[in-house]
Amino acid sequence: MRQFDFMSKRRAAFIVSIVLTIVAIGALVIHGLNLGLDFTGGTLVEVKYQAAPALDSVRQTLEAAGYKDVSVQTFGASNEILVRLQQSFEAGIGNDIVAHLQATGDSVNLIRAEFVGAQVGDQLRDQSGLGMLLALAVVMVYVAFRFQYKFALGALISLGHDVIILLGIFALFGLDFDLTVLAAVLAVIGYSLNDTIIVYDRIRENIRKSRTDHMPSIFNDAINATLSRTLSTSGTTLLVLLALYFLGGDMIHNFAIALIIGVVAGTFSSIYVAAALLLVVGLKRVDLIPPPKEQFEDGAP
Amino acid sequence: MLNRYPLWKYLVICLVLAVGVIYALPNLYPEDPAVQISAASGAEAIDQQDLDRATSALENAGITPKSGELNGSTGLIRLTSNDQQLRAKELISETLGDDAIVALNLADATPSWLASLGASPMKLGLDLRGGVHFQLEVDMDAAVKQRLEVNASAIKETLREERIRYRGSEVDDGTLSLTFSDEEDRSKARSLISRDFQNFEYDERDVERGAVLDLTLTAAAVKEIQDYAVNQNLTTIRNRVNELGVSEPLVQRQGPNRIVVELPGVQDTAAAKRVLGATANLEFRLEAASDTPASEMESFAFRNQPSRTANIMKDVIISGDSVSSASTSFDESGRPQVNINLDGTGGSIMNRVTRAAIGRNMAVLFIEHKTRTRTVMEDGEKVEKRIPYTEKGLISLATIQSALGNSFRITGLDSPTEAKELSLLLRSGSLAAPIYFVQERTIGPSLGAENISRGILSVELGLLLVVLFMLARYKAFGVVANVALTANLAILIAAMSMLGATLTLPGIAGIVLTLGMAVDANVLIFERIREEMRSKMPLHQAVHTGFERAFTSIVDANITTLLVAVILFSIGSGPVKGFAVTLSIGILTSMFTAIMVSRGIINLAIGGKTLKKLWI
Repeated sequence: MRQFDFMSKRRAAFIVSIVLTIVAIGALVIHGLNLGLDFTGGTLVEVKYQAAPALDSVRQTLEAAGYKDVSVQTFGASNEILVRLQQSFEAGIGNDIVAHLQATGDSVNLIRAEFVGAQVGDQLRDQSGLGMLLALAVVMVYVAFRFQYKFALGALISLGHDVIILLGIFALFGLDFDLTVLAAVLAVIGYSLNDTIIVYDRIRENIRKSRTDHMPSIFNDAINATLSRTLSTSGTTLLVLLALYFLGGDMIHNFAIALIIGVVAGTFSSIYVAAALLLVVGLKRVDLIPPPKEQFEDGAP
Repeated sequence: MLNRYPLWKYLVICLVLAVGVIYALPNLYPEDPAVQISAASGAEAIDQQDLDRATSALENAGITPKSGELNGSTGLIRLTSNDQQLRAKELISETLGDDAIVALNLADATPSWLASLGASPMKLGLDLRGGVHFQLEVDMDAAVKQRLEVNASAIKETLREERIRYRGSEVDDGTLSLTFSDEEDRSKARSLISRDFQNFEYDERDVERGAVLDLTLTAAAVKEIQDYAVNQNLTTIRNRVNELGVSEPLVQRQGPNRIVVELPGVQDTAAAKRVLGATANLEFRLEAASDTPASEMESFAFRNQPSRTANIMKDVIISGDSVSSASTSFDESGRPQVNINLDGTGGSIMNRVTRAAIGRNMAVLFIEHKTRTRTVMEDGEKVEKRIPYTEKGLISLATIQSALGNSFRITGLDSPTEAKELSLLLRSGSLAAPIYFVQERTIGPSLGAENISRGILSVELGLLLVVLFMLARYKAFGVVANVALTANLAILIAAMSMLGATLTLPGIAGIVLTLGMAVDANVLIFERIREEMRSKMPLHQAVHTGFERAFTSIVDANITTLLVAVILFSIGSGPVKGFAVTLSIGILTSMFTAIMVSRGIINLAIGGKTLKKLWI
């Protein structure tokens, strides 16, 4: 089995991570997340045309009918149109819009109509941010309890790294961030942590049984030993996610993208960020093996 | 002895697998599109004759139903395709008339031997079968205000009985203010009120030419009122949904002041909203007599004749809450009327009051709470403001000929439709506080069907890819992992069906994701076995150690993921909850299958044999 010297390249990896994180934070600050209807509130109507319509003419038809702040875009197929309105909901708005669009002589069907009150959106946004922080905190406490606080710190930073990069990519490309994507982000936290813990578990085991105090070589052994497992699991997970991305339909598209990004970032971070951070925080053998008790203390004169 | 399981472990594995397969099976039988017929309240139960009439009406129109069955007092007609459902519903409604409520339904097609074991398929969420999802918010401030107003009437009644004179009363911003002419009256009133009414906090202030007593509800009382308002609204909405005749509706409280309503199969959201959100109520009051002081009476216009007004008393005899049943009919001259039956207390109050007021007029006041939504600019941001307002109008003013009892009728309604909706509202009870729609989702049936077929396709392809991957990588052990994976899928689906979990689109995504991650435990074990083999450990020992050593890693890794899933469940709503449930169950089942089932198969295959080579 080939052994890779991961730890010697940790500086290069840190630079990559830091650059990615800065770009991600920059994208988040400049563009911000393109929050979906779930978080912003508003009205959304999805309709299906027989043949692809011109988006401008759809917009003009609706504005002529008296709707304000209309945004029209295709959703998945070119003949499926998503209409967003900032105005508040009226009963049967979906059918009204279909009627207006049909008046121009096209054949239009209503697929779905959604309305989320502004207040609900605000609440959900706060709740979600809180949930994400809570997830990180709980996980950190668990790791600190099962391993040691230095491990918890490493796990936390590497999870934060994955989540920030994931959110940054969503901000950079203006992808819709809705409730299902939030679910994906939390799943990524779970997945990435899973990876990290497997590596940590091995590091702990190797520190306990090895006689050397040279941490980088212990870490290298541990990462190499778990490498084929890490790649196999990421591989199978990526395979099913690709199936979901290509076949799952438009409503699940961004969910799949978020998880794909998350799995890739999580795999990288569990090798480089999480393990290499243990060197930065100065993990020592004594952190895991309590020093032997001095039994002769009392007997001293 | 290495790598051998005692018999009981094999039995446990077989039992779990058998249960898993049996309870997962019903999901393979797609549900039939169906039309459900139930009797409208007050009408006679649906019988075989009605069912035959409906079936023959369908056959005449060229729709051949799959089957028709009678379960107790409801009939169910199964159809062969979704396209026929709407047409069939219309036809049956026409044939059976108003006595029957016809609703679209999906009927279980589970074979009877499975159904007799209690197995049933997973319920499909709205995003998979189409329908409407509403989220309603209960107006808590209005609930408190209403209760204060009721209390105000009672307090004034008490003050009058004790001959304590007050000059005015006002309910504003959660406070009831009573004005007295001097402090002596105020302190008498205060001790009287605190004797008869708990739940108040008192505040005294002096104004020009008078003394004011401010009554504010205690925090505990406010909370109790709000809880009561939400629960009462929940019951009322449930009743109304039942009157709408939707099959398998969901009405649930969410958070402190929200109610979620899901109506599968309903496409006409406007009608559903009108009935669910209506806050109409009735009040019965006496007309003011000629000597009634102005502070005791109010003036209202008639609903159908806005120019005509009448002065009526402020005190309410009874309100719509006391109605026990209501139905519509037509009077002698063909005008619509609502027949009302009161409950015991309502009846005796009505009797007591009318007995003393023969010859006077009684007014029926129709009250409707409505809201206007207006978008205003506030700090440079658009903010939606709801401005509640109440519409009150008289529907009838009739002379009391004799003391009224438990049942009487109301005339003076505009149309039969109005009479019908009023009686429905009276029957289902009024809302204890106004409600607003804060969220609404309508999912068309075609989107639902597409979501299902795409979901199933991605589960199939995902499973296939993982199976091929594991075979290529771990050969014979890959076969074991694949058997465990398939068992995992069956147990996962069985567990979700048994728990009555609802399958949503994110739920399907959760299943697909679980498939990818479920092999993780097997991968960990197999890699460990390979490692031990490389360090020249005897083969049996290697398998044993591989399972042993991988165990703590598997548990640690899965518990943390489970923690995240639990948090996801607690913050998520609707579809996201579905994802969290799937993920959590998937983690538990995958631990069982990857550790127990695959170990069982391996032990069965190699246990007690001399090994020269392991196909891993």
